Amino acid sequence: MSTYKNRKVVSKIMCGATLFCAILTLAPLISIFGYVIFKGASSINLDFFIHLPMPVGEAGGGMGNAIVGSLILIGLSCLWAIPLGIAGGIYLAEFGNNKLGTIVRFSADVLNGVPSILIGIFVYALFVLPMKSFSAISGAFALGVIMIPTVMRTTEEMFLMVPQTIREAALALGINQFRTTVSIVLKTAFPGILTGILLAIARIAGETAPLLFTALGNRFWHQNLTQPIAALPLQIFAYAISPFEDWHRQAWAGAFVLIVIVFLMSFISRFVISLRYKFPTTR
Amino acid sequence: MEELIRVSDLSAYFGNTQALKDINISIKEKMVTAIIGPSGCGKSTFIRCINRLHEVVANARVSGEVLLDGQDIYSAGVDPIEIRRKVGMVFQRPNPFPVLSIYDNVASGLKLNGMRKKSGLDAIVEQTLKMAALWDEVKDKLNASGVSLSGGQQQRLCIARALAVKPEVILFDEPCSALDPISTAKIEELIIQLKQNYTIIIVTHNMQQAARVSGHTAFFLMGELIEFGKTEDIFTKPKDSRTEAYITGRFG
Repeated sequence: MSTYKNRKVVSKIMCGATLFCAILTLAPLISIFGYVIFKGASSINLDFFIHLPMPVGEAGGGMGNAIVGSLILIGLSCLWAIPLGIAGGIYLAEFGNNKLGTIVRFSADVLNGVPSILIGIFVYALFVLPMKSFSAISGAFALGVIMIPTVMRTTEEMFLMVPQTIREAALALGINQFRTTVSIVLKTAFPGILTGILLAIARIAGETAPLLFTALGNRFWHQNLTQPIAALPLQIFAYAISPFEDWHRQAWAGAFVLIVIVFLMSFISRFVISLRYKFPTTR
Repeated sequence: MEELIRVSDLSAYFGNTQALKDINISIKEKMVTAIIGPSGCGKSTFIRCINRLHEVVANARVSGEVLLDGQDIYSAGVDPIEIRRKVGMVFQRPNPFPVLSIYDNVASGLKLNGMRKKSGLDAIVEQTLKMAALWDEVKDKLNASGVSLSGGQQQRLCIARALAVKPEVILFDEPCSALDPISTAKIEELIIQLKQNYTIIIVTHNMQQAARVSGHTAFFLMGELIEFGKTEDIFTKPKDSRTEAYITGRFG
């Protein structure tokens, strides 16, 4: 009996310890959110969304161009990186059980660990120098390169979670390989793949380093995709290191808007998915 | 009764392992043929060779001949997709498509092969669900998920799904091994009804089931066909001592 009692005491202590650690890991997250909301929300007003930044020394103005610029950059990146990442992930899951698959998988994991500033320099050499101009396109290319490994590996993992019997059921109905993969397996795996896509978007939304040499930033409204474009992280960076109090407040507001954009994208896409997927995906 | 399927010298391999050795068997039209034998004897592999599903597994291959309506399904130029539409399959565990509704599960074989006409699909879905004795239970919730049904209902949904593409042959791979006795009885009743219009091959571990539903029975052991004949003969006067040992429960 005494050992049972001891075990119960030890169990309580260990449970308490794990709970404490769980709270400890949440603490930085909650304090960052709390601080950004506290500092940022108070500086938010309509002007912030619809106006351009004011010249140095003048108060007021906003980050309208940077908000639009960030949305354009995220949209352009998604446009090429998501289809490519999903297609690559399908290859890895369905046909990648070979040497090439191993190489691609390894490369994707390495690419995921490459510092983003290196990707910026690479795209600078590849796009910006030949084009002789910083541009939205090169910025979106750099961000897309960062997205691909995450999207590809999540797609692969989610595909592998779809039971083999589901594929066989489709093939046994005389459904061809393409339709089986796209209409049955991809459809079954998609809610999981979406999580990977959202993680990738959340990451690129805040990336600053790769944009320094590519999108550059712009004080005006975006005109042309081959021209430099403003982005929230760039604007936040520029304002945060400036000596002006008013700019500091705007940098906090920008950080707040950035968090809200990522949160809204995640919320809306999950809501849309929940409308289309009325069913539990059993795995 | 006419012969529908003739299997000659069929061997199946997984890599270097031979799972079936020179099988010769003739399956008659509109009959239930049961395949019995201990686990790992090649029963499932055998029926998966008849709808060309064996080759889906990596490194799996087949040699020999399988004639369906006189045509060798393994001859060059035969599209496995055409064969799979003629030879439907119901699996061991119910496997409805989890993200499709009951309606779309039944219609999937047609829809994903390009049939779009709503009225035509509606008619086939209703007809096949009725044939699978599931219509009354699901007619008010055709848009619910296929996986919201009970195990036995899911298996009947899978039968309806297989029937919807209008096959000639239906393969059942231990269709009741994951089901309770009442659901099992329903599936067996269904198989007996279906044999009026379809040729059925059923793999089963349950010898009573083979005796109840089938006209012919084949006994497999370690990849070989040991004995094949009328079910009553196999169970009452087996010719081979190994068949007798198996059906009397001395091994397997």
